Amino acid sequence: MSRIDDTLRELRSLDSFAALPNTLTRLDPRAKILATFFYIAVVVSFDRYTILALLPLAVYPVILAALGDVPPSLIARKLLIASPFALMIGIFNPLLDRAPLVDLFGMDIAAGWVSFASILLRFALTVSAALLLVATTGFHRVCAGLNQLGVPRILTTQLLFLFRYAEVLAGEASRMGTARELRACGRRRLNLGVYAGLLGHLLLRALERAQRIHLAMLARGFDGEMRGPHQLAWRRTDMFFLVLCAACFALARSIDLPRALGHILLGALP
Amino acid sequence: MHMADALISPVVGATMWVAAGATLAYCSRTLRQTRQEQLAPLMGVLGAFIFAAQMINFSIPLTGSSGHLGGGLLLAILLGPHAAFVIITSVLTVQALFFGDGGLLALGANICNLGLLPCFVGYLLIYQPLLGPDPLACSARRVGIATALAAIGGLQLGAFSVVMLTLFSGISSLPVDGFLLLMQPIHLAIGLVEGLATAAIVLFLRRARPDLFSSIAPASSIKPLLGAVCLATALTAGVGSWFASTQPDGLEWSIARTSGATEQTDHARSWPAVDTSTSLEGLLGAAATLSLILGIGFLLRRLSK
Repeated sequence: MSRIDDTLRELRSLDSFAALPNTLTRLDPRAKILATFFYIAVVVSFDRYTILALLPLAVYPVILAALGDVPPSLIARKLLIASPFALMIGIFNPLLDRAPLVDLFGMDIAAGWVSFASILLRFALTVSAALLLVATTGFHRVCAGLNQLGVPRILTTQLLFLFRYAEVLAGEASRMGTARELRACGRRRLNLGVYAGLLGHLLLRALERAQRIHLAMLARGFDGEMRGPHQLAWRRTDMFFLVLCAACFALARSIDLPRALGHILLGALP
Repeated sequence: MHMADALISPVVGATMWVAAGATLAYCSRTLRQTRQEQLAPLMGVLGAFIFAAQMINFSIPLTGSSGHLGGGLLLAILLGPHAAFVIITSVLTVQALFFGDGGLLALGANICNLGLLPCFVGYLLIYQPLLGPDPLACSARRVGIATALAAIGGLQLGAFSVVMLTLFSGISSLPVDGFLLLMQPIHLAIGLVEGLATAAIVLFLRRARPDLFSSIAPASSIKPLLGAVCLATALTAGVGSWFASTQPDGLEWSIARTSGATEQTDHARSWPAVDTSTSLEGLLGAAATLSLILGIGFLLRRLSK
């Protein structure tokens, strides 16, 4: 059951970067949430055969990772783990769409390969933007921002509870898994009967725990709302960040920057 | 079955966000009206339970593969569809934000496919009618069959929805029939397995804690749901058909392809590289852009140290 422990470590590691003091973590979470959404919308709004024009947009995750002190290797590893679905559906494009589209020094490249590459690029850009939103903001502040942006309180409270107790329950699950493995005499695979018992007991423990937590919270005056330590304040830097991001994304959307750059470079060559 | 941002178009993503948001608003209003917001800690811990449960796999008999719980149906059986929907939404949000499963734009679509369909259609329209007004009096076999059918129904609809949304988005070149043939049988098997797992857990809980079922699962009426489903269908169909007609990509495009017509003109528009000098231009530009970006990142990292 080491997989559960790994997942937990991943969950905590991403959130921990938000505690670092830097320009990005000091920004209002709402500015980063809105910028991330705008970014994703711009990335996916391109035509399915676009590769070149998407490249300048990679500057956003790179800058976020650099300013937020998030190691690129962490983001790369998470991208790799999350990639199977996009790969699985995308790989059909080269098989189905064989019309030649690009002539690269005499080699014909099929449209399917171009759109496959575009899918992978979109995947990397959108997912890294979402991961970096959490890594530079922290889950509690993301939830507070979402709340301010109109997401129902019941969902943000739910998200905070889930985040807090995922660790507790995954710990329980991990211990139960270890106990089973020790008694299973080398049989690694779970059959359905054992699985149901295992999960049923886990659920019972979860329910008992929830009851204790609820009583404890009621005793401390819980009224259905989680109050964080952070007071959100929209400052001029937040506005500046959001406007700057929006302007850059709009520029990248309207002008094919790499092609223009290539044109200039080719012109400069003798 | 998480859909990815990379395979979805903004129109489809936004439409599904609206559908998911409307359902969320409806659920949170219902929960508030029935004073179930008191359940917040219970819902939170159950969300964490689903999160942990999805990491435990069981082996599927006679095959080499393994499956895990989806959770929507189990939660709906325990807490009712409204609370279950909110919990599944929270689990999917955490998965999108922390693990990149799906993505933020595709989150709406994933909430609808994996939350709305199992919780409302699977539970309210299949599970409840099959069991009748008094589920506790039903035999274990009947509960098992109803749970399995509800899980299969929910997953089949979910897989169908994934196919449709992918086609409307027009990023993948999979043709309708091929994609359906790929997805539906796989999800029939997954649904059966998930249904068996859910049924086994429900039956276990019924033996261990029969009081749970009478105390927390509220009876819910079907009428507002039918209205919501009709509205969502009309919305999706409307936007989908509008999108399919304004954009030659997507549905029509794949139909044109399977019937043998190729649209070279459509391709040439996006990357007008026919002679080598323009692709050299593109390559050079790409290399320059990427080195600039990496340079900026490197510089910022050095400066912020």
